[in-house]
Amino acid sequence: MSGVRVLVGTRKGAFILASDGKRQKWNVSGPHFAGWEVYHMKGSPADPARLYASQTSGWFGQLIQRSSDGGKTWEPVDNKFVYDGVPGTHQWYDGTPHPWEFKRVWHLEPSLHDPDTVYAGAEDAALFRTTDGGKSWQELSGLRGHGSGPHWQPGAGGMCLHTIILDPRNPERIYIAISAAGAFRTDDGGKSWQPINKGLYSKYIPNPTAEVGHCVHHIAMHPSRPGVLFMQKHWDVMRSDNAGDSWEKISGNLPTDFGFVIDVHAHEPETIYVVPIKSDSEHFPMDGKLRVYRSRKGGNEWEELAKGLPERDCYVNVLRDAMAVDTLDKCGVYFGTTGGQVYASADAGDSWVPIVRDLPGVLSVEVQTLS
Amino acid sequence: MIRVVLPAHLRGLVKVHDEIELEIQGPVTQRSVVDALEARYPMLCGTIRDHLTQQRRPFLRFFACEEDLSHELLDAPLPEAVASGEEPLLIIGAIAGG
Repeated sequence: MSGVRVLVGTRKGAFILASDGKRQKWNVSGPHFAGWEVYHMKGSPADPARLYASQTSGWFGQLIQRSSDGGKTWEPVDNKFVYDGVPGTHQWYDGTPHPWEFKRVWHLEPSLHDPDTVYAGAEDAALFRTTDGGKSWQELSGLRGHGSGPHWQPGAGGMCLHTIILDPRNPERIYIAISAAGAFRTDDGGKSWQPINKGLYSKYIPNPTAEVGHCVHHIAMHPSRPGVLFMQKHWDVMRSDNAGDSWEKISGNLPTDFGFVIDVHAHEPETIYVVPIKSDSEHFPMDGKLRVYRSRKGGNEWEELAKGLPERDCYVNVLRDAMAVDTLDKCGVYFGTTGGQVYASADAGDSWVPIVRDLPGVLSVEVQTLS
Repeated sequence: MIRVVLPAHLRGLVKVHDEIELEIQGPVTQRSVVDALEARYPMLCGTIRDHLTQQRRPFLRFFACEEDLSHELLDAPLPEAVASGEEPLLIIGAIAGG
């Protein structure tokens, strides 16, 4: 029988929410790694029992945990993330050069085909990879070595590489995004990278159309159309139909186009979801009403999804990695809030219920569809 | 035999509930104690001191015998009471963040 496993990273540990295909009754396990921040947790598409988690702490640094039994037991693997060569400098908040320093892993992206190969997006921004199940990590330094690296600057949350998308049709192609450098693409397996920010307009940087410097919050792709990307930028929801070579704005009738998450329906590549947030200075929903917006036309025309979501006095945020979809029919959509709620929709967003209400602040949500 | 008390987060990581007893060969110093800890519990590598610089992580402190030893040299002998096992070396997570 089919089922789903929702992997939730929070500010004080990890939680695993499991249900059968009806997605009505949920079993909650956790906290795993209690008291630690778990920035991200994700399962291998090639082996759903293999999970990886980024466990981190301002006191004790970074750990990577691996499970081979779907999250019942965990073992720490290598946590040594060393920049390749002489790290050099990027720009600090005040514009001065600042040495590259490893702080934490924001995102883990397991290979589509090999459970032992995983990509890790780090702060300060860099891409690492393991090919031995986490026993060792190597930097793909061509990204940080891109000529623009010394000009990258952190966003308010740090200079983090938070998005990693693997092209299912072309193993040499990877997309990544960095706050606040922008989006980049490699077409040679990570040796060389090009910025893919043409068409982005960011009025908060000196040159609003600069090649790099844009605060990209998240990017999503449907696996059946690897060249079509959807982006939630700091402000603006964007779309690219040419693998990021150029972008067009698709904010349309959204009440605000600031936000963090964006995701694509599992079976309808033109159906996308965002959670509008009031502004960059007020990180909560408009009018205290938590809302998901859905476009069935690939953007521009959006509908408000409200059934089951708070109607008043809701001032949570939904962070960039905290939305995911399952591949059941109907498509399930999930998101977590900084208030500790994880909402689920078993009908593609038409209605929502909270699976849990009182977790620590949610940093990330991923979903595994189990057969 | 010397005694070490880890902060709660690290006790959970290495799955111990109480003090750790370590046999140290040679001088008992901050460096030799952390070397011995990491040898017994490899998952502690990087959590007490930086992988590369070997410097104590900024929000950790070393206390013993009612003194803060955090700024002593890494190879300076720890107090005799620690070396003899009479007193534990306390590795403390700084109180920060509310």
